[in-house]
Amino acid sequence: MSPADILKKLEEKFPGKVKRSQLEVVDPFLVVATFSIADIGTWLRDERDLAFDTLHCLSGVDYPKEEKMEVVYHLFSPKHRHWIVLKVETPREGAKVPTVERVWRTANWHEREAYDLFGIVFEGHSDPRRILLPDDWEGHPLRKDWVWPEEWHGIPVKPGKQMVERAKEGEKLGVGPFD
Amino acid sequence: MDLIKTLGASRIALTTVDQVVNWARLSALWPMTFGLACCAIEMMAAGASRFDWDRLGMIPRATPRQSDLMIVAGTVTHKMAIRVRRLYEQMAEPKYVISMGSCANNGGPYWQHGYHVVKGVDQVIPVDVYVPGCPPRPEALLYGVMRLQDVIRERSLLDDPREGRQKEPVEVATRA
Repeated sequence: MSPADILKKLEEKFPGKVKRSQLEVVDPFLVVATFSIADIGTWLRDERDLAFDTLHCLSGVDYPKEEKMEVVYHLFSPKHRHWIVLKVETPREGAKVPTVERVWRTANWHEREAYDLFGIVFEGHSDPRRILLPDDWEGHPLRKDWVWPEEWHGIPVKPGKQMVERAKEGEKLGVGPFD
Repeated sequence: MDLIKTLGASRIALTTVDQVVNWARLSALWPMTFGLACCAIEMMAAGASRFDWDRLGMIPRATPRQSDLMIVAGTVTHKMAIRVRRLYEQMAEPKYVISMGSCANNGGPYWQHGYHVVKGVDQVIPVDVYVPGCPPRPEALLYGVMRLQDVIRERSLLDDPREGRQKEPVEVATRA
C-alpha cells in the first residue's frame, strides 16, 4: 500500500488526527495528534491491510528554535512490505508523550533511551528509568541546551586540555579510522 | 647482562633476586580479559593461534584476583570507568595496565563530543604502556606487551610497587 493510501485510510478512521503530512520525501511521514499515538498505533498494527507490527525505530528530535520536541516512529509491515513514519510533537518544557510500549514491545527500551537522552517523559511507561547513562547522571545530553558538567564522580567529562590545545593550533587529530 | 652466572663446572649459580623475580614476573603476565569495544577483537586475535600470546606466557584470566595485567581494550564510558577502577583495585600487586587503542588512550574519536566517554583511561587508573591504533593490530599489542616486559625488567624489589611505576609512560611507536 502506498503512503498516500495509508494516509487516506488513517484520515477516514481518525478524522482530524493527522495534522500534516509530507509524502514526497525518502521516508514519507505523517504528523499526528500527540495524545492519539497509542490508539493510532494499535489500529495500524491490527488493521489487516496495514499490519504495521514492527516498530523499527523510535527516536527523539530537539528543535530549540521552534520550542518543540518530536518523537519519530518508523513503522514497517513485513507482511505487506510497506513503510510509514509517524511523528508527534510536544513542547520542550515538560515534554510528555503517551507510551506505545503496549502496542509494540520494542518501544520499551527505545522510549527509555529517548527519555535518557532527551528528557521526554513517556506517560504510562512500565519502567521509566535511564537505560544508557548512569542513574545519577544530571541532565539529558542530546538536548541542545544541555550544559557539560566538569566531572562525574571525580572523572573529568570535558575534553582534555592537551587535546583542545592541539586542535586549536590547527592540528588534525588523527584519532579514528575516518578522520 | 647475563641473568645467571655459573661458576665453572660446579653446581652453583649466582644471580640477583631482582633479576630472578623480574624474569618470573615478565614471563607469566596473566591478563584480565577486558574487552570493551572493537579493540577486543584484535586482542582476541592476539591470543588466538596466528599470533598466540601464550608464547609470552600470557593466559587470559576471567577474574582480577588471578591477573597481573589489565589490557583496557576499547572505549571506556563513564559508567564503565567506575567498574574499571574497582576491578583494578581488586587486582593483587604487582599489577600493570596496558591501554589499548585510541579510545582508551585519550578518548579517540569521542575526544571532543563524546559526553559519555572518559578522555583516556589514565584519568581513572595508572597506565604503564599505551598502544596507539584504531584498533591496533595484534602485532602492535604484542609489541606493547614486550615493552611492558622491558618496563618490568628495570624494576627493583626495593621499589614501592605503587611508586615503582614509570614516571614517563611508554608509547609504542607506529610506522608513519
